[in-house]
Amino acid sequence: MNLPDAEQLCTDLIDRVRPAITPDTAVIGIRTGGAWLAERLHAAFALSTPLGILDISFYRDDYHRSGLHNNVQPSRVPFAVDDRPILLVDDVLFTGRTIRAAMNEIFDYGRPARIDLAVLVDRGERQLPISATWSGTSLAVPQGRLLRLVRNDEGQLSLRLSEAKAA
Amino acid sequence: MKNPQLDAQGRLQHLLTTEGLPKAVMEQILDTAASFVGVTERDVKKVPLLRGKSVFNLFFENSTRTRTTFEIAAKRLSADVINLNISTSSTAKGESLLDTIDNLSAMHADMFVVRHAQSGAAHLIAQHVASHVHVINAGDGRHAHPTQGLLDAYTIRHYKQDFTRLTVAIVGDVLHSRVARSLIHALTTLGTPEVRVIGPSTLLPTEVGRLGVRVCRDMREGLAGADVIVMLRLQNERMKGPLLPSAQEYAKSYGLTPEKLALAKPDAIVMHPGPMNRGVEIDSAVADGRQSVILPQVTFGIAVRMAVMSLLGSH
Repeated sequence: MNLPDAEQLCTDLIDRVRPAITPDTAVIGIRTGGAWLAERLHAAFALSTPLGILDISFYRDDYHRSGLHNNVQPSRVPFAVDDRPILLVDDVLFTGRTIRAAMNEIFDYGRPARIDLAVLVDRGERQLPISATWSGTSLAVPQGRLLRLVRNDEGQLSLRLSEAKAA
Repeated sequence: MKNPQLDAQGRLQHLLTTEGLPKAVMEQILDTAASFVGVTERDVKKVPLLRGKSVFNLFFENSTRTRTTFEIAAKRLSADVINLNISTSSTAKGESLLDTIDNLSAMHADMFVVRHAQSGAAHLIAQHVASHVHVINAGDGRHAHPTQGLLDAYTIRHYKQDFTRLTVAIVGDVLHSRVARSLIHALTTLGTPEVRVIGPSTLLPTEVGRLGVRVCRDMREGLAGADVIVMLRLQNERMKGPLLPSAQEYAKSYGLTPEKLALAKPDAIVMHPGPMNRGVEIDSAVADGRQSVILPQVTFGIAVRMAVMSLLGSH
């Protein structure tokens, strides 16, 4: 199937999110694809608050089925979360479980004023009542396939479709 | 032969010893611990991984510090922790070890943290429990204390990054030290090119060369150019026993003073598993000095124990 151009989606997303950005907005990306996208948004908005990165491994709801992931990385939230508007960023919104885990983790850092969600692609098929504030595009992806963002050595983003690994 | 610490898929099933623990598993524990260090620095120091699980601390031998760090680790993973003071309970009434385990398993224990004066006690329990129950050895006799060895390895990696260029000197009563044995196995597996042991010949095991270490009889030879110095605790009973003339004599030859520390590299770090005998194996000027990482070891110990528990508790 034809996948949309991730760079173009990213540019469009930045334009659409920009009006909602305030001086104290903080951007948090979900590792790995969401963190790359968050880097772009953070740079485009020239925010003074440093970029936050979450690795949601310790909050996943499939821990008791599939265990801890092999390369867990530390989360970094180098600012006070309390009363701050948070822009949460991920590459692909699917079941909503990752976003639930990320929101749980954010609340262990503090009580944000609000959380908005920006994603590059919404592939539908939600299993939780979660929706994105902004999504670059909607795309139906066949079941059992994994859609994710990849970044090449030059830092260019693209979408890739692969077989999902059995849990 | 099947490694009793791993399940059929190669995942960590029990942590009994660092001997024979695959390098990849060790690195996974250290990498995961690095993420838990971040968690322990937050206001909310808890993650939900072991919610609903019960961790039983079975300390047949006293150790307030180790038991406390396991308790904190389990609680920060949201587990329920039950501490059993064995000396005042059933064993004192004559119940066998495995009967005690069966009874606690009937109370739906998910994980046992075991300290026992008998080498092999944790192995025995691990062979006995059902496959969903996990055992962590928190020290058995002279044999092993794997989480201490791993937290020492974590501390070394934190300050020195790469094991493959390091000289590590372990000083003291290696013969009776499960801490030393567990650290030596961890360091050699992780690729440390030179591990030295230094101590009086009465306190070095005769087969020590087999562990892949270099034996040094005096501090001048042993500390020269070292990146890491690990001081072992001199047990009280050893000070009065037949293997040493006296604690003062020992301190003179093997106690770490600022003068002896100066033989090592200028950026060498000093470690000690605690509790310290100030003035015997280590001088206060060193223990409280700028090269000491003894207190960070304690902090990292919690993260390493969280990592081990979280890798065990998922299956």
